[in-house]
Amino acid sequence: MNQPVRVKTLKIDDRDVSGREDETILEIARQNGIFIPTLCNLQGLTPIGACRLCLVEIKGVSRLLPACVTRVEEGMEVYTQSERLQKYRRMVLELLFSERNHICSVCVVNGHCELQSMAQVLGMTHVSVPYRFPRLPVDASHERFVVDHNRCILCTRCVRVCDEIEGAHTWDVMGRGIDSRVITDLNQAWGESETCTSCGKCVNVCPTGALFEKGKPVSERLKKRQFLPYLTMMREERR
Amino acid sequence: MSKKRIATVWLDGCSGCHMSFLDMDERLVELFQQADLVYSPLVDLKEFPEGVDITLVEGAVSSEEDLHKIQMVRERTKILVSFGDCAVTGNVPSMRNPFGVNAVLQRAYLENVTLHPQVPREVVPALIEKARPVHEVVKVDVFIPGCPPSAQTIFLVLSDLLADRMPDMAMLTRFGA
Repeated sequence: MNQPVRVKTLKIDDRDVSGREDETILEIARQNGIFIPTLCNLQGLTPIGACRLCLVEIKGVSRLLPACVTRVEEGMEVYTQSERLQKYRRMVLELLFSERNHICSVCVVNGHCELQSMAQVLGMTHVSVPYRFPRLPVDASHERFVVDHNRCILCTRCVRVCDEIEGAHTWDVMGRGIDSRVITDLNQAWGESETCTSCGKCVNVCPTGALFEKGKPVSERLKKRQFLPYLTMMREERR
Repeated sequence: MSKKRIATVWLDGCSGCHMSFLDMDERLVELFQQADLVYSPLVDLKEFPEGVDITLVEGAVSSEEDLHKIQMVRERTKILVSFGDCAVTGNVPSMRNPFGVNAVLQRAYLENVTLHPQVPREVVPALIEKARPVHEVVKVDVFIPGCPPSAQTIFLVLSDLLADRMPDMAMLTRFGA
């Protein structure tokens, strides 16, 4: 403990910036008001680099790297807005939209969905790959909440918040590749879960309409996330 | 300069996009000083004409008739515009896709019907296997998401297209808007 904090200086989009050595490109970009799009990332949860929206170019590195899990290094030259990146980001969104049944107009979170607004922000006006139209279940067995797999983008925010913050680990991921799906307990009905505390954190961190609360009009289905950074901050202070 | 020729067609949609089109109100007058509406469900013309400059397509491609119509419209149109979420994404008409045509017809015409349950097979066009967005069937030049796109969005997009500019959709509308 109490080692001196090392500061790294680097360039993001030709701007000189600096950050602690344990900080990521995404954190430094945000501190400096540089926009990098994200979906799976959520402040307060462990970053996992799953959605690939935050891919950035780094001079001298042939691969694109996810900004949310890449630490800053001395002399790095990062580019966040090249045409290639924008093309890939739109492609990522198109694949997410094509993979399941995202019908915005009849979705319970129409108007406050991160996937929907990201498509607008990144200028994705249509999906150029064929839609898959899979047949997926909706589990409404829980007293208060519903999971609609048609809208899930497998960001695993629910899995992480349940494990890291609530400590229940009711959620996890089952299957591989295109067959992956979030599950409660050992793929049991959510309503019969013995570990779920019904805290609702998963519902509030879900970026889409995959997790929602029953009996609320669409206009009141705003997700409340303020609790997250606050809880993590309290925890770190106690340590 | 001769007036541009605009058309609109209605495939598998609820006509909400056309309602939004009418919602342009007095701006329609302004618009049609620069263009003529040469074919539309809103005007009484039976044949889709040749040499159309801009066609707005509402609705997904869901039936044999839609398929036939959209191919003909594409051939006769310079700039084909996917007009609203059904045309752009499949939207509500595509919600039948995970279940298949037979299950949907069963549900609609047999299971929920008490008087003469029967699946219509004459006059109405046969459904194709999946309701598809227009660009999966023919080439589309401009996409206007929205359910429906607002009158202001339609007006700005058409104004741009009539002035030979490409509209910036991200500023105007989004899926489900």
